[in-house]
Amino acid sequence: MNNVLRHHLFWPVAALVALLVANTVARPSFLSITIRDGHLFGAPVDILRATAPLLLVALGMTLVIATRGIDLSVGAVVAVSGAVALSHIASSPNPESPVTVLTAIAMALALCLVLGVWNGFLVSVLGIQPIIATLILMTAGRGVAMLITGGMITTINSAPFKVLGSGFWLGLPVAAVIAFGVFAVVAFVVRRTALGMLLEATGINPAASRLSGVRSKTLTWTVYTASGLFAGLAGLLISADTMAADANNAGVFIELDAILAVVIGGTALSGGKFNLSGTLVGALVIATLERTVTVLGISPLVTPLFMALVVIVVTLLQSPRMRERLTAATRRQAVTPPEPQPAARPDSTEVKAR
Amino acid sequence: MTQQTAPPVVEMTGISVEFPPVKALDGVDFSLRPGEIHALMGENGAGKSTLIKALTGIHSPTAGTILVDGVERRFTGPADARAHGVSTVYQEVNLCENLTVAENIMLGAEPRLLGGLHWQAMRSQAATHLKRMGLSIDPASSLGSHSLAVQQLVAICRATVGDCKVLILDEPTSSLDTDEVAHLFKVMRALRDEGVAILFVSHFLDQVYEVSDRMTVLRNGGLVGEFATADLPAAELVQHMIGRSMEVLEAAEEVVEHVERPAGATPLLQVVGLGRKGSVQPFDLDLYEGEVVGLAGLLGSGRSELARLLTGADRADVGQTRVAGQPTRLRTPRAAMRHRIAFTSEDRKGEGVVDGLTVRENIVLALQAERGWMRPLPRKQVDELVAKYIEQLGIRPANPEALLRNLSGGNQQKVLLARWLSTAPQLLVLDEPTRGIDVGAKAEIQKLVADLAADGMSVVFISAELEEVLRISHRIAVMRDRRKVAEIDGGGATMDQVVDLIAGGGAK
Repeated sequence: MNNVLRHHLFWPVAALVALLVANTVARPSFLSITIRDGHLFGAPVDILRATAPLLLVALGMTLVIATRGIDLSVGAVVAVSGAVALSHIASSPNPESPVTVLTAIAMALALCLVLGVWNGFLVSVLGIQPIIATLILMTAGRGVAMLITGGMITTINSAPFKVLGSGFWLGLPVAAVIAFGVFAVVAFVVRRTALGMLLEATGINPAASRLSGVRSKTLTWTVYTASGLFAGLAGLLISADTMAADANNAGVFIELDAILAVVIGGTALSGGKFNLSGTLVGALVIATLERTVTVLGISPLVTPLFMALVVIVVTLLQSPRMRERLTAATRRQAVTPPEPQPAARPDSTEVKAR
Repeated sequence: MTQQTAPPVVEMTGISVEFPPVKALDGVDFSLRPGEIHALMGENGAGKSTLIKALTGIHSPTAGTILVDGVERRFTGPADARAHGVSTVYQEVNLCENLTVAENIMLGAEPRLLGGLHWQAMRSQAATHLKRMGLSIDPASSLGSHSLAVQQLVAICRATVGDCKVLILDEPTSSLDTDEVAHLFKVMRALRDEGVAILFVSHFLDQVYEVSDRMTVLRNGGLVGEFATADLPAAELVQHMIGRSMEVLEAAEEVVEHVERPAGATPLLQVVGLGRKGSVQPFDLDLYEGEVVGLAGLLGSGRSELARLLTGADRADVGQTRVAGQPTRLRTPRAAMRHRIAFTSEDRKGEGVVDGLTVRENIVLALQAERGWMRPLPRKQVDELVAKYIEQLGIRPANPEALLRNLSGGNQQKVLLARWLSTAPQLLVLDEPTRGIDVGAKAEIQKLVADLAADGMSVVFISAELEEVLRISHRIAVMRDRRKVAEIDGGGATMDQVVDLIAGGGAK
């Protein structure tokens, strides 16, 4: 029992389960999945689709955070990506042609890759603090997107592009297949190659890593580039869902949701050890939470407050100090009679040491 | 000049400070008279800063009395100490760079006017204090715009605001050049002549001999003695600091067999005139296969800096490097690794271990970094490698998955050695590999170094413990005041010789 409790995924998974239970209680049909026209339908499927863009952004964010960094620009990159793709399709004589759509996707992703390279350059070569470096693009990126769309909300009709947002593949939403697929590939690469370990070493002790010959600068640059690329892909999924590119509102606050997903998943913002499976659960928790608000019929007035409360509880339970207390509490229960706690002293010195 | 008759302004008797289980200070007596510059000497860990902190109230002594001006005091902290005339200036300038010079000097003693600050008075008072220091800078300029030396003087200026009877200067000269040091000494002498008692801590023996009147020597938390500077030859001082009489040291020496190098052998690494401004003066050094070269010198003599230039950890400004006869430049640790040169820093925690990773990950880090992330070492090979080094070096716990932060210092050091040995280096540069680890582990590491050299590796070995350097080095390069001053054959060298060389400058 204690081992389960101490597992790093225990609380995020518990939160996810609790949310699902709450939904099922409010609406008993919540978990049921039906097959219509060969596609899966139901709330869980919707949640998977809704998770897709956030999962991609959070994936890049996890890698960036592992190197002690942060990427605030992902929301703006999402907007740029949608703007580029939709403007190209809208201005093309043949919006329904797969070639047009593929070109649009390639253009969007290429530009987002460049934006990621820009962030990486600022952080790893110029040595600007990540929060400042990415703040630049966070504000400038929306401007770039505005420039591309000419300040209007670009809407299009293009069946091949629409597939990205609302299509199905093997009965599953295409968006979810793409996001989870990319996530799985990246997770596999990170853990099967030495990338994960070298990123963690860089995040935990940059000086020691440098002396050990780790190419910390290149690695840092790479993760910001990847973060830009993944945000670009997320932008395509979001714009394909609405078939509109809104420079001002696409991907607003997605950077905060992504950071939240990373933190809920148990990766510390101080960098180092990271946990992609945790990020996956974190993204699912956030998407489910958003769904829960509508299912429970919570008034839009208190929605942000409700979400904040859930997030606070989960992150508190995830925090190292709370975990220590909890494991100490379970241990104390196991030992009878409870020993008088001489813990005050070591505890206080430990706090100081941090 | 010293007012021998004046009663001491600070008198500390039987001071003990404990950080269980360690006794950092054990019954130390110390007295400071008005109008003297008193040097506090000792190697790293001797208890110098603990004594200062006991005086200024940062540490509270478990035993002993502190009299300041004849009144028993236990200060609650530096601010309290300062209010009673005891000011401290630390090694790193502890000022606000973004404030003006005047604000920094008058911080905490600002002249007030109608509930606000009296800016004009502040500037004019600051100007008076600056003048006393012989500093002609604008009090309204921001502190950050001045050199480190000026900032250091401003820090001293700030310390002397108000009624300053005792001024403690902890390594004030470590970042200053010769002219700046001379200026500082002028200021110190002027303050002394005004009757201020100055406690001076420095690792530069020359400077201590130049400016101090008396000195107190500490070793391992205990008092060695108090001496008049003029009566204590530098060589004797070094012996006191290192702690053992010559006879004992020489008895402990184990003469290393002299290895005959084939005539005309090419050095594995040859540096000519390698140096870096503010770090170490240009030096020459040849390193051959199968040889242990020891670097001897006091802390701050440039030992570590030299090692860092050899291995690309710091970039040299001047000089040439040849690896196996080929001219090359080692600009980064990675470049050095390509030439099979490995380096472990003296700062094990800051620049060595990656404490959140496991023993396994720490051991393979360098090897893996060299291969790049795309070519992971096969797991089987990793496990064999890790098992081999855990066994060979006796790493405890013998668990590859243990987090490094849970290992003792000695075992962490062994993991670092394993990290570099697994890269099969030709040259291994070890900076203080035995610092802070227990005797058993120390002996194991010394033996390992000897074995590695016997197998043909070239080793540079740095240690604050002279005895250790003498015991395992074939050759010894002696450092003093950021300069390589001599190179002697380790086989025939005696402790006496080395101590003389280390102290050289001060003995004159």
